[in-house]
Amino acid sequence: MTHPPKDPSLEPSARFRREVPRRDFLGLAALWSFLTTGVVMTMGALRLPMPSLFPETGAKFRIGPPDRFPPGSRTRLPERGILVLRDEKGFRALDLVCTHLGCITRTEPDGSFACPCHGSRFDAEGNVVRGPAPSRLRFLAISRAPNGDLVVDRGTAVGPDRWTVA
Amino acid sequence: MRENLRDLPRAVRGSIVRHGATDSDRTRSQIVANNFFLHAQSARVHKHSLRPSTTWGLGLIALILFAILCVTGTLLMVYYKPSVDQAYDSVRDLGFIVPTGRMMRNVHRWAAHGMVLVVLAHMARVFYTGSYGGRRAFNWVVGMVLLVLTLGLSFTGYLLPWDQLAYWAITIGANIALSPREVTDALGLTATFDLGGLQKSLLLGSSTVGQEALIRFYVLHIVLLPVVLVAFLGVHFWRIRKDGGLNRPADAGARLGPDVRNGRAIFPEGSGKTYGLMALVRGRTGAVDRGPEHTVSAWPHLFQAEMLVLVLTTLAMLALGYLFDAPLKELANPSVPENPAKAPWYFLGLQELVSYSAFAGGIAIPAIAVLGLMLIPYLDREEETSGRWFAGPSGRRIAALSAVFAAAFVVAMLWFTVSVGWIRSWFPASPQWVITLCNPGTVYVVAFALWSAAFARRTRSTRMGAMALFTCFLVAFAILTYFATFLRGPNWDFYWSSSDWPAH
Repeated sequence: MTHPPKDPSLEPSARFRREVPRRDFLGLAALWSFLTTGVVMTMGALRLPMPSLFPETGAKFRIGPPDRFPPGSRTRLPERGILVLRDEKGFRALDLVCTHLGCITRTEPDGSFACPCHGSRFDAEGNVVRGPAPSRLRFLAISRAPNGDLVVDRGTAVGPDRWTVA
Repeated sequence: MRENLRDLPRAVRGSIVRHGATDSDRTRSQIVANNFFLHAQSARVHKHSLRPSTTWGLGLIALILFAILCVTGTLLMVYYKPSVDQAYDSVRDLGFIVPTGRMMRNVHRWAAHGMVLVVLAHMARVFYTGSYGGRRAFNWVVGMVLLVLTLGLSFTGYLLPWDQLAYWAITIGANIALSPREVTDALGLTATFDLGGLQKSLLLGSSTVGQEALIRFYVLHIVLLPVVLVAFLGVHFWRIRKDGGLNRPADAGARLGPDVRNGRAIFPEGSGKTYGLMALVRGRTGAVDRGPEHTVSAWPHLFQAEMLVLVLTTLAMLALGYLFDAPLKELANPSVPENPAKAPWYFLGLQELVSYSAFAGGIAIPAIAVLGLMLIPYLDREEETSGRWFAGPSGRRIAALSAVFAAAFVVAMLWFTVSVGWIRSWFPASPQWVITLCNPGTVYVVAFALWSAAFARRTRSTRMGAMALFTCFLVAFAILTYFATFLRGPNWDFYWSSSDWPAH
């Protein structure tokens, strides 16, 4: 049996047929919509573990009135993991969290700091003396509450030469 | 009807078990092929594969330990409460008010340690018998993924008891995830691209280890990682089957001697003619006109051997669980670090490296090691010695030589860092990037790379180069782990014995 000659006007354009046959077009469209759906859904799901707001208490906390810390004192506040220094120039707050891997450093008798986890040592001013710590212990910003209490901001590091005047 | 009733037991049995009496190799094959649980294994198994020295059963032991972990873990979930207020008490209660609770926890703990150990040993076995070549290359990569997943499962499980050890080990681990900041800080990129911060936030869901971290670790430990591990296990086993079962040397048949029974060859040698079943079977068909030399029915030979390994492994775990209690320190206290705060033993080698530089030891070197291991089958494509332990006597010599070199080098470096010091001891002001780039950990990497490159060049064999490198890696891992476990004390100082530790 022979086919009747085809009417050329019913054929899809030669150009279209050469590039993507109709059957392939549908297949490719299905494949790409499948892949797109998969990628979009995965990316959407991956957003879930990053909340817009982390569930932690505020970075600022009160440490009490200035006269809690007499001049020349170095007061360790274990529950906050900081050391409050007061000298003739004013107050400073040293963050005791080791800059290496987050352990709390201990105060040695000579005023220097030792990290129990990997042996980093810092001098009395918090500079790295030896060990793997990548940077010095941080000084934290101190401000005053309306009633005069000292307020330490764990979120803001300041230089070692920033005193808050008593 | 009455007849049907009378035949009921036989009909039920016949509907479940479809083979007849076990009286021929044909039915023995059917037992395996018709059983869902057995058919993952082939119906016939090569005698070489059954020899203990082929694998020492390590992959199977790892699988059994994983099964023990799933069973004991599910039972522990009945009582465990993933809340910072209740986790510690619920774990402690296991030892006092839950029947068999202490045993279940102990077995879970020792099986977890055992699984890491056995997976590492399995990797070493596959490497030293050269069983990663050719079509098995990708399965080696799957194996590396399984190793990483195993370590991830152990790491996430470590936090759950919520004791001091758990809390501080995970604090250290999370800050290792933060340590790419060492690099981004040095490049001044942290403000725009903070990879370390992102990793830590993803892991902890907070800036410190707390309730969010506990629940994330719990989900990873009991659902996400086990499910992913099972998927990769499936691929791992399936590919072994597809690649022709366990790897064996090309002359495995000759090594076993002629296949004889009662002094007569069972299968007379065939004509030696080979046939290609076009497009159906890869390679030449070896079984045409020849008997299946040196194979035996998997049922019962293989399954008996596997049952033996199963029983021995289970007994060993029960004995360990009976004799040794899993440790539980005091309740986690975020303001006083454990001193020394040690990770589980398989991470202690890394912890020693981390005590030189957090980024180099905690991220860069492990990444280089895992990537390097994954690339082995693609860089070394020699297959002549595949299936032979150490690729023969010359490989054995190179492995021994490399082990001695690596041991001497690591011990010398440890002595140097402990008694002389490192860059910061002489130049306290040296910038962090110098330490990150040049510390004992990176020195090991460079030294081992040079050592094995020299061997690869001298022997003109990538296999020998890989052998030297892998041996160095394994020996360094073992020595660093030993050193950090037994010779590091409070403040990560060096002590010959924990009896010398200062009281605090």
